[in-house]
Amino acid sequence: MQALLDNYVAVLLAAVVGFTLVGTAVIVSRLVAPYSTSNQKDISYECGMLPAAEPVRSQLHFRYYLFAILFLIFDVEAVFLFPWAVTFLNVGKAAFYEMVLFIAILGAGLAYAWKKGVLQWK
Amino acid sequence: MMLALTYDVGNIWLDSLLGLLAIIVLMTVGALALIWLERKVSARIQMRLGPMRVGPYGLLQTLADAVKLVGKEDMRPRSADRWVFELAPFVVFVPAFVAFVAIPFTRDWAVAFLDLGLFFIVAVTGLSFVGFLMAGWASDNKYALLGGLRAAAQLISYEIPMVLSLIAVTMIVGSLNLSDIVIYQGRVPLFVWQPLAFFIFIVAALAELERQPFDIPTAESEVVGGPFIEYSGIRWSIFYLASYTNLIVYSLLGALVFLGGWDWPLGREAGLWLQVLLTFGKTMFLILLFMWVRFAMPRLRIDQLMSYCWKVLIPLAFLQIFLNGLVLVYGWPDFTLLLTSGAGLLLAGYIVDRTVRADPRTLRMVPANPGAAEPAAADSAGS
Repeated sequence: MQALLDNYVAVLLAAVVGFTLVGTAVIVSRLVAPYSTSNQKDISYECGMLPAAEPVRSQLHFRYYLFAILFLIFDVEAVFLFPWAVTFLNVGKAAFYEMVLFIAILGAGLAYAWKKGVLQWK
Repeated sequence: MMLALTYDVGNIWLDSLLGLLAIIVLMTVGALALIWLERKVSARIQMRLGPMRVGPYGLLQTLADAVKLVGKEDMRPRSADRWVFELAPFVVFVPAFVAFVAIPFTRDWAVAFLDLGLFFIVAVTGLSFVGFLMAGWASDNKYALLGGLRAAAQLISYEIPMVLSLIAVTMIVGSLNLSDIVIYQGRVPLFVWQPLAFFIFIVAALAELERQPFDIPTAESEVVGGPFIEYSGIRWSIFYLASYTNLIVYSLLGALVFLGGWDWPLGREAGLWLQVLLTFGKTMFLILLFMWVRFAMPRLRIDQLMSYCWKVLIPLAFLQIFLNGLVLVYGWPDFTLLLTSGAGLLLAGYIVDRTVRADPRTLRMVPANPGAAEPAAADSAGS
């Protein structure tokens, strides 16, 4: 257990070092760069004109959610596939055909979504 | 593993820290050099000279640009969500940096030899889309919001074929440890056995990097820079640095998993420097390939992009996994892997060719018949 965790010391450190790196760059820039505010400058950019129709964060098209749901299904499946891919040869033919069945069920789901026009970006 | 147990804790932390320092140098120098190289390559392809003024052949141009960017004002719109806006560059950059930890550069040198290295890299690099979404959401700008959503949709969609192509490779090797995968390829690299998986990986990597044929999240002529539109100065350059770091990471991953890393074609005889040369030579090959594609292909439309992923790449990736399983379970000889995967690649080529040659009216986002003209208005408003 200790050895397993030792491997991930570097991962933890990398996350900390990465944050520090970006943080340092931002702080250095804050010290060096000029800074001023004005009413005109602080408006969000839109073709150089005043932005039309606020607030912006109001509505999103639902198709993004559909793709997110599809992604979730296949990503969870990928999590199952990773350990299977490493060991399926040790288990034999049964493991292979079980996974074929599993993928076929998900594939039927994809085919249904396809037929229903979910995959059509419109 | 046993040796690591006998070290005191301080030593492991120090070792990791030294490795990370080496990674920082490699990443910074690599990104600066790649930005210069990309400008030079694009200039060559477009029959220009590219940067020539600063230093010999313009070599110091990116350094000068970096100094300029640090000295520029770091602006934030008044209506932006302050903390989400300021944290977004961190969330994009840190995963790209952390992914380096698991990459073995030679037989004996990596910051950490993770047993789940491949899984780790896929999992960590997949996180960066959160940063794009944060940047797009927090900027309080219509283009940024659209760009952020497009980035999220594209990154999560293309992650699936990428993961599946890597799973196909894992099935053959039987390990998620990147060193094992490289050592397995001592004689024949995996792109020979798995041309279809290699093709899917390259396409998905291009999309994950948001590089040119797949750059609708940041497309200049559509969403004027997408999620980065409100960023300037240092935060903008961190996004830029992260994109080149990701380029290095994906190219290294491709070089290790499909092109044989440090082992092929010299095998065990290769000395340390020869191993480094092989790894980085193959990485440079992939980077130049990505750059070449960037300046040779027109940008895809968003509907083409999504249907290419969900209707072509994902079914083909499942086909590859199925064929590999069949060959491996029944113990057919190795060359059948090449035959089946090559046939799959030909099928992919046929599908792409048929789509390119098809009547453009059948490929429209909006049906060609005038009766269905209404959706056109909805499209221009929301895509």
